Parts: sequence; C-alpha cells; structure tokens
Amino acid sequence: MVEHRPLSDFIAYAILTLGIFIVAFPVYLALVASTHDAATVVGGHMPATPGSQTLENYYRAVFVGGSRTSREPVANMLINSFVSAIGIAVGKIFISILSAYAVVYFRFPFRKTAFWIIFITLMLPVEVRIYPTYKVVADLKLLDTYAGLILPLIASATGTLLFRQFFMTVPDELLEASRIDGAGPWRFFWDTLLPLSVTTIAALFVIQFIYGWNQYLWPLLITTKDSMQTIVIGIKKMLVTTDELAEWQLAMATAVLAMLPPVAVVIFMQRLFVRGLVQTEK
Amino acid sequence: MEKTTVFNNRVLPYLLLLPQLVITVVFFYWPASQAVWQSFLREDAFGLVSEFVGLENYQTLFAQPEYYKAMMVTAIFSTLVAALSLSIALLFATQADKNLKAAGAYKTLMIWPYAVAPAVAGVLWFFMFQPSLGMLSRPLRGAGIDWNPLLNGNHALTLVVMASVWKQISYNFLFFLAGLQAIPRSVIEAGAIDGARPMRRFWTIIFPLLSPTTFFLLVVNIVYVFFDTFGIIDAVTGGGPAGATTTMVYKVYADGRLGGDLGGSAAQSVVLMVIVIALTAIQFRYVERKVQY
Repeated sequence: MVEHRPLSDFIAYAILTLGIFIVAFPVYLALVASTHDAATVVGGHMPATPGSQTLENYYRAVFVGGSRTSREPVANMLINSFVSAIGIAVGKIFISILSAYAVVYFRFPFRKTAFWIIFITLMLPVEVRIYPTYKVVADLKLLDTYAGLILPLIASATGTLLFRQFFMTVPDELLEASRIDGAGPWRFFWDTLLPLSVTTIAALFVIQFIYGWNQYLWPLLITTKDSMQTIVIGIKKMLVTTDELAEWQLAMATAVLAMLPPVAVVIFMQRLFVRGLVQTEK
Repeated sequence: MEKTTVFNNRVLPYLLLLPQLVITVVFFYWPASQAVWQSFLREDAFGLVSEFVGLENYQTLFAQPEYYKAMMVTAIFSTLVAALSLSIALLFATQADKNLKAAGAYKTLMIWPYAVAPAVAGVLWFFMFQPSLGMLSRPLRGAGIDWNPLLNGNHALTLVVMASVWKQISYNFLFFLAGLQAIPRSVIEAGAIDGARPMRRFWTIIFPLLSPTTFFLLVVNIVYVFFDTFGIIDAVTGGGPAGATTTMVYKVYADGRLGGDLGGSAAQSVVLMVIVIALTAIQFRYVERKVQY
C-alpha cells in the first residue's frame, strides 16, 4: 500500500482548487461584466460582483442588437450557429457511417483506393486551403448560405475511421444470422448495425456539435451578410467598431450565450463527450 | 483486419460511398490541387491574367524577412503553449489522480473549457488584459509594467500564449488523467515498498510509463497551436502589433485576404501542407508502435 499522508491530500486539494479558479476566472469576469452597465465596464473599475443590468443587457443583446453599431441581434446568430453546428454533426455522421459501411461490409474494386482517398483528408485541415475552397464555394453560389457553412466542414476522415473501427468489433455471427434470416444489406444496416451504433453516433455527435459551433475562420470568410453570421464571429465583430467605443457589456453577454450550449453539452453529456474525444483521436 | 462475411453487391457500395467521395473531391482535393497549382502562378492585380512563373512564388516567399519572422513566431508560440499547457495539465492530473474523494467533481470542473470556442477564449482574455479597462491591467501597471498588448509585441504574444494555454489545459488534463489511471497500482506500490519517495516514484516510474500519452499530446498540441489558435490570434491581436503574433497560418490568411497576394498565399499553404503531412506521419508511426506493444 502506498503511504497516505494528510499533507499530500491537502496540497492536492489546494493545487486543484487553484486550477479550477484559473479555469473559471475569465468566464466569471465575463458573467459579471454582462450584468453591469456600459459605463461601469468601460471605466476600468468594474466590481467583482454582479450588477443590476442583467435582464436589460441580455434582452438587448438577444433581441435588439447594439445601438452604436447597428449589429444583428444575437437571437439570429444563435439560430445560425445551431443550424450549422447540427448540420455539420448530422451531415458528418450521415456520410461517414455510409462510407464506413461500404468499406467494411462489401468487397468491390477500388475499395482500398476509396478508403485512402477519404483517409488522406486527415492531412488537409481547412486552414491550409482556405482561399481555393472559398473560390469553389463562391463558384457554386454557396456564399452566405447554410450549405456553404456546412458542406466544406463535413468531409473528413475522422467519422469514417471511427465507424470503421466500431464495425470491426461487431461480431461476424450477427451478419451470418441476418443473412440466414434472409436480410439484405439495407435490412442488416437498419435492424442490426444502426441500433448497435447508437452510442458511437451519440459520442461523435457531441464532439462534432462542439466542433461546428466553435468554427471561426470558415464562417468569417464565407459570410458577408450580417444575417448569416454565427455567434462566435458576431462577438468579434462587436468589438471591432470604428470610431466609437465597443459595448463591452453586450459583447460579454454574447460571449456567455456563445459558451452556454457547448459547455452544457460537455457538462451534461460528459461520458459521451469523453468517449467521443478519446475515440476520435485514436 | 478484414471481415470474413460480406455482402456481394455490385452497385450498392459505390452508392454508399458517393456522398462522402463527392464532398471530399469537391471541397478537399480540388481546392488543395488548386492551391498547389496557384503557387506556381502569378496573377495580376485584378485576377484577370495569370502567368506560370514556376518557383518564383516560393523564391519570393523564402526571400521575405516577414516569413522567417512568422516561422520564428510560430516556433516560439508552439513551444511555449505546448510546454506550459502540458506541464500545468500534468500537475493538475497528478493531483486529481491521488484517490481524492472529490476527484470526479474536479474532473468535471477542469474539462469544460474544451467547449469554449478559441475566438471566445481570446475575447475573454483580451477583456481581462485590455490596456484601459482590463481588470488585470491595473495591477500590472501598479507593479511598474507599462502593459499594452496593443502596442508592445512581447505583451501581445504573452497574452495570446496565456489564452491558448488556458484553452488547452482541459484537453491535456483529460488525457493525462486517463493515462495516469491506466498505470497499474501494483507498480507504484512496488516502488513504495522499495522505499522510493513520491517525487522519485513520479520521475522513475510514473513519468516514463506516461510517455506514450505525453508524446501523443505533444503532437496534438503542436497541431492545435498551428491551426486552432487562429481564432484566438484574430480575436486578441489580429496578428499585430507589427506582425509580433502573426503565425504561419495567420499569414496565409492575412496575405491572401488583405494583401490579395494569392500566389504567395498559395505557396505558403503548400509549405503548411508539407508540415502537416510530416506531423501526421509522425503521429501514425507512433500509433503503429503503440499497437505492437
């Protein structure tokens, strides 16, 4: 048995509490800033406790938009973020479960080639090919559309690899049994494989939802209309105002709203999140 | 590893693959090949005429002092972020691994910043350290430091590093904790019986056994610093002041968009692709080794 010393436990608690403080402090400040009026925040002497402007700030941020900058209200940005994050997650799951099914459960010419074509995309993050991809999306007339926000981000090898890995662990006897029962490829997929994949699908959904919600560079490039902005790029634009002061209290309320959905997903679906994170990185 | 029982169907597998292959070709291979092709072209200011110039874009690129500066910034930035976020996360993970009663709650409270968008993390940190209204700028001024990340390059880089480390601790913590929990207790107990004190046990038993996790995280962190910190840099400094926080990825963006130099931007993209491919290859060699163990 390893020695157990109260002092060592005390140090552990102290260090971890410090860690949680470091992790939470910037977010706490944002929360506090979102409850004060503009003058208090900009004055540089903001108190460390919440103020009284909470409802007004959030109401203005969500439904009205900044007065000085004639920005879109956040409600609209939230809708855009939800649509694109869910679109990216669902789209990625859809195309990758089908392609993994083809690669694992069928034998056909160019099977290996198809797998490698998908696999190599791991090496081409959107950042290294931004302008040519932008041009493709522009040529397809997809600028300022949900399809333009979603499609270029759903093709990647992560999902296919994950489903392939999972399908390999499904016992062969299940397929043999279905075939004896006379099931074709579709029946086997719907009745056997899909129900078994539910946890894997959920884990991938959680990770991809966060990934989609937090996208920055791509939406920044392809949205020119304010009405198509996602919330993450909306915050940045609130702070880049030309001649007048940025409305920090509204920007911070927006930041809080932008963090809420993905953070809630991590906290309330922690097991799926951890599972998805560990599996997609393998 | 292959399935022994499979379906025999001539058309269906191609239909199943079609959606992913179409999207991959249209949004990956076509743009990537365009990037390579564009890196050999020079376009006039209006993008009407383009002329094949061979390696000229690369020669121009590698003759630019700014490009070497971006490389230096990227190197300093990655080293600092990887070293700091890995060591801080390892410290927290070793403490959380001590069989504490509240370990589960600590884990939840440590991992949620993973869900904060890099750009939002940047905005939060900028808010704290903004020169005129930042709550933490005043104490710094009080300590006699002329803190101004908008004008001072070192201050700007420090701020971007802090925000990036803050964002990455949760991820590293999660994997370190999993790695620590996978180390058999018996090995550590054997060390304790032989009289090794906790620090010695850490450096001679735990740390070496953790090295696969550490190596994996090192590669992931470098990739993170290269690409995912774009949002942080753009939100906090916009690459400035005077290029002090312009990393290689940021320069691709800035040169193509603001400078309009698509050929030069494409050449930079190709250099980056080579770096990513090298990093991925390293990662896969490591994965293969892990499988053999």
